[in-house]
Amino acid sequence: MLLDALLLQLGYNATLVAIGAALLGTAAGITGTFLFLRKRALVSDAVSHATLPGVCIAFLLMAAFGADGRNLAGLLLGSAVSAGIGLWCMNWLTRNTRLAEDAAIGAVLSVFFGFGIVLLTVIQILGVGRQAGLEGFLLGSTAGMLYSDALVIAGGGALSLLMILLTRRPMTLVAFDPEYAAARGLPVERIDMLMMGLVMAVTVVGLKIVGLILIVALLIIPAVTARFWTERSDHVVLLAGLFGGLASYVGAALSASAPNLPTGPIIVLVSFGFFALSLFLAPNRGVLAAVMRHMRFQRRVHLRQGLLALAQGQAIYESLTLRLLRRAGLVRADGVATERGKARASKALRDERRWEIVRGDMAHEAAAALYDGLRDIETVLTQDQIVEIDRRIGGPREVLS
Amino acid sequence: MMNGEEFVPLSLTPMLIGIFAAIACALPGNFLLLRRQALIGDAISHVVLPGIVVAFLISGAITAWPMMLGAAGAAVVAVMLIEAIRRLGKIEPGAAMGVVFTTMFAGGVLLLEQTDTSTVHLDVEHALYGNLESLIWLDAVGWSSLLDPEALRHLPVELPRMALTLVGVCLFIALFWRALKISTFDEGFARTMGIRTNALGLGLVITAAVAAVAAFDAVGSIIVIAMFICPPAAARMMTNRLEGQIAWSVGFAMVSAVLGYVLAGYGPLWMGGSDAVSAAGMIATVSGVILAISAKFGPCRSRAGAPAGI
Amino acid sequence: MTVELANTCETQDQDALIAQSPLSIRGLTVSYGEKPAVFSVDMTVKPGQMTAIIGPNGAGKSTMLKAALGIVPPVSGRVQVFGRALDEQRARIAYVPQRASVDWDFPTRVIDVVLMGLYRELGLLGRIKASHRAKAMDCLDRVGMGDFAERQIGQLSGGQQQRVFLARALAQGADLYLLDEPFAGVDAATEKAIISVLKSLREAGKTVVVVHHDLATVTEYFDNVFLINTRRVAEGTVAEAFTEATLQVAYGGRLATTQVDQLARA
Repeated sequence: MLLDALLLQLGYNATLVAIGAALLGTAAGITGTFLFLRKRALVSDAVSHATLPGVCIAFLLMAAFGADGRNLAGLLLGSAVSAGIGLWCMNWLTRNTRLAEDAAIGAVLSVFFGFGIVLLTVIQILGVGRQAGLEGFLLGSTAGMLYSDALVIAGGGALSLLMILLTRRPMTLVAFDPEYAAARGLPVERIDMLMMGLVMAVTVVGLKIVGLILIVALLIIPAVTARFWTERSDHVVLLAGLFGGLASYVGAALSASAPNLPTGPIIVLVSFGFFALSLFLAPNRGVLAAVMRHMRFQRRVHLRQGLLALAQGQAIYESLTLRLLRRAGLVRADGVATERGKARASKALRDERRWEIVRGDMAHEAAAALYDGLRDIETVLTQDQIVEIDRRIGGPREVLS
Repeated sequence: MMNGEEFVPLSLTPMLIGIFAAIACALPGNFLLLRRQALIGDAISHVVLPGIVVAFLISGAITAWPMMLGAAGAAVVAVMLIEAIRRLGKIEPGAAMGVVFTTMFAGGVLLLEQTDTSTVHLDVEHALYGNLESLIWLDAVGWSSLLDPEALRHLPVELPRMALTLVGVCLFIALFWRALKISTFDEGFARTMGIRTNALGLGLVITAAVAAVAAFDAVGSIIVIAMFICPPAAARMMTNRLEGQIAWSVGFAMVSAVLGYVLAGYGPLWMGGSDAVSAAGMIATVSGVILAISAKFGPCRSRAGAPAGI
Repeated sequence: MTVELANTCETQDQDALIAQSPLSIRGLTVSYGEKPAVFSVDMTVKPGQMTAIIGPNGAGKSTMLKAALGIVPPVSGRVQVFGRALDEQRARIAYVPQRASVDWDFPTRVIDVVLMGLYRELGLLGRIKASHRAKAMDCLDRVGMGDFAERQIGQLSGGQQQRVFLARALAQGADLYLLDEPFAGVDAATEKAIISVLKSLREAGKTVVVVHHDLATVTEYFDNVFLINTRRVAEGTVAEAFTEATLQVAYGGRLATTQVDQLARA
C-alpha cells in the first residue's frame, strides 16, 4: 500500500495531492529559507493564523451571494486578504510602537485566530457549519477532496515555485546581507514585501493540505534542517527545497496509504525526522561532531596550558590539566615533569616566545592574526622564518614576565 | 439586564474563570514580553495538546490531574527541547521554537487520530477554543447561593482550580519580584549579584506553563496565547514603570475577559440572533482591540531608549 | 634554548600574592566556538590601585572580565577574589557592564536601577526603607545625577546612562570595582565625573579595574596596566608595562610607530 502510494498508484486525486504537496513543500522550503536567514522564521506563524478570519468571511460572503461557500479558490482568496492585513498590522506594531517583533507576531496570531474562531461559531449558528468543512483548514484534510480542489493546489504549488525561481537572486541577496543589497541599489523593502507575499502564497496553498496551524512547520523545519549541511546560502536554499519537497511527498503518500493518518501532521513528522537526523549526524554543525570537537579542543587547551605552566615553573591548579598531563606521560604521579614533559614544555614556551616576536612585528601581521594560543607556529611560518625569529630571541628584550 | 437568579448560575462562574485565567496568563506574560520570549506562550499552548493526549493514553480517562500533569510535562519537555536545539544546533530561538511546537502538535494530532476517543470529549477543536460557556453552576439559585455550603460544593471544579493557579502565579511573581526585575533588565549584572538567572528563567517559564495548562483546561489555548501577549503589550503603551505595567495588564486582562464573555453571550442576541458565539475567541478579539487602541493612543507607545546592541 | 623548571619556593610566593590580591586569575581560557578569545591568562590585581585592561578590539578584554565574574563559562582557569572562591565573595564585587548590553527601553526609573545595587542587602523580599532610598540618592549625587532620579531610563543620554550604572555599583558598597568600557561613547563631562568618582574610590582604599580602550589617557588615569591580546602581553605599573615594546606586541601592526612612541613617552 505504501509503495503504491509512493509510486502514485492510489488514484488520480491522491496522485495530484502528492504532486501538489511535493511542489508546495519545495516552494515552502525555499521561501522558508529566506525567512530563516532573515531571522524572521516565526513571522510565518502570524501569517498562517491570520488566514482564518479571511476564510470564514469569504465563506459567509459567498454563501450570502448565493454561491457555493466551499469554493476553494474563493476561500483561498479570502485567506490571502486577511493574511495580508495581519502582516500589515504586525509591521505597523513593530514600526510605530515600542513592541518587539516577537510580541507583534504573538498579538496578531492570537487575535486574528480568536476572531476567526468567533466567525467559525457564527457560521455554525447559521446552520451551515458542518457542511462547510471549514475545520479542515485548521489541520488540513485531503480526504474526500474534490478533483478541482486538488487541481487548485497542484497549480498553486507550481505557481509559487515559479515565482520563487524568478525572484531567487535578489531574494537570496537580501536574505543574506540586507545592507549590502541596499548598497547595491536593490529595493530591500520591496523585496521584503515580495518575500512576505511568497510566504502568504505558500501558506494559502498549503491551508487545505496541512492546515493553518502546521503550515509553519513546512516553512521553518526544512530551512533549519538544510542549514546543518552547508555554510553556503545558495546551497541552503536548494537543500531546503529538496528536504521540504521530499518530506511533503513522502508524508502525503504515507497519509494516503492508510486511514487515520492525517496529511498535515504526517508531513510535519517526516520533516522533523529529517531535522533530527541532521541535528545529530551532520558532519560539521551536527551535535555529535560538535561535542567531539569541543572535547578535543578542551583537552588541547588544558595540555598546552599545562605545558606552559611547567615550563615557567608555575603551579597547576586544575585537576583536569594534571590528569591529562599524567595520561600523556608528561608528568609523574607526584606532579613532577618527566624528561619528555620537560622537552615538550620548553618547546611550548619557545613557541610562545616566537609567537610574541611574530605578533610584535608588522611584517608578520597576517600570520599573527592566526594566533589563538593553540596553533603550532610551524603551520604559519616557514622554517627559514622561524630560524630568523630564533635569532632575534637571542636579543636582550624580555617582555613576558 | 439580568438578575441574580440568572446571572449567578449561568454567567458568574464562567466569567470568574475567564478573569482568573486571563490574569494568571497576563502576569508572567509581562516578563516574557520584556525578555523577548513572548512566543514561549504560543509554543506552550501548542504542546499542551500532545501532553493531554499522552496523559489520556496512559491513564485511560479524562480526569483533571493526569491531564494537567501531562500538559505541564509536555510544556517542560518543549522548553527543554527548544533550549537544546537552540544551543546544540546554534539555531535562532524563533526557528527552534517553530520546529519544536509544530512537531509536538503534529504528534498530538496524530496520536489523537490513532486513538479511539469517541467515548470521551477530547478533540482538537475543544483544545483550541475550550468550553468556557459550559462551566455553569446549576445548583445556584441566586446571590444567596454564594453563602450556601451545599450549593458551593457543586461549583464547577475549574473555578477553585483556576483560582488556586492564580494564587500560585501571584506568589511566584511576588516572591521573586526583585530578582525577576533585575535579571530581566540586566542579566549579566544579575549573575554578578549571585542571582541564578538560568534557574529563575526556567522557573518563570514553568510558572507560565502551569498557568497555560490550567487556563487551557477551562478556556482553550487561543485565549492563553492572547492573554500572554495582548494585555502586557497594551500595558506597555500606558506606562514607563514595571509596577504600573503589571497593574495595567491585570486591568486589561479583566476587561477582556468580562467584555469578551458578555459580547459572546449577548452580542448575537442584540444583533437579532439566538445563539452565543465562542467566548474564548471573543475574549481574544477584545484583547486585540484593546491593544490596537493603546498602540494608537497610549501615552508611552513609542520607544524611549536607544535600542539595545549599539 | 632550555627553560628552568619549577622550584617550590617560587610557588609559595605566588600563593601569598594570590591570597592578598583582590582579583587573581590563573590559566583562564575562554572560547566562543573553537577559537580562544582569551588563552591561558594570568592576572594578579594589586589592592587599592587603579588598573586598566587594554588591548586592541577583539583582544578578549571584556570576555576575560565576564569569565572572571562567572557571566560566561571558561574552558579552564581558576579565579580567586581576595584569596577565596568567587561565590563566597560576591558581596565584595561591583560590576559595571557595557552600557549597550541592556535594553534601555525597560520600564523603570533611574532610582530603581540604583536600588538594584542594594539587592544583596535587601534580599528577595526585604522592604525598601527610607534609608535605602537615601543611600541610592547619595550614590546618584556622587555621579552628578541626583536631579534625574525620577526619570525613565530611556530618556537619558549615553553618558547619563553610564553614570547611572556607576551609581548602581556604588550602591553595592563593594571593595573591588570592575568596569567594562565605562568611557566608550560618553561625553567629556561624564568622563571627568566618572574618573573623579573612581579616584575617590581609590582614596577610600578600594580596588578599581577598568576595561579601557583609549591609550591616550592611560598614563593620566591609571596606576597599573594589563595588556592583553588573547594572551597576557604585559602586566605591571604604567611605567613598567606601558611601553613601546609591549604596545607593539599587543597591537601588532595596528598602531603606527610614531603613535606608539608618543604614547610611551607621555
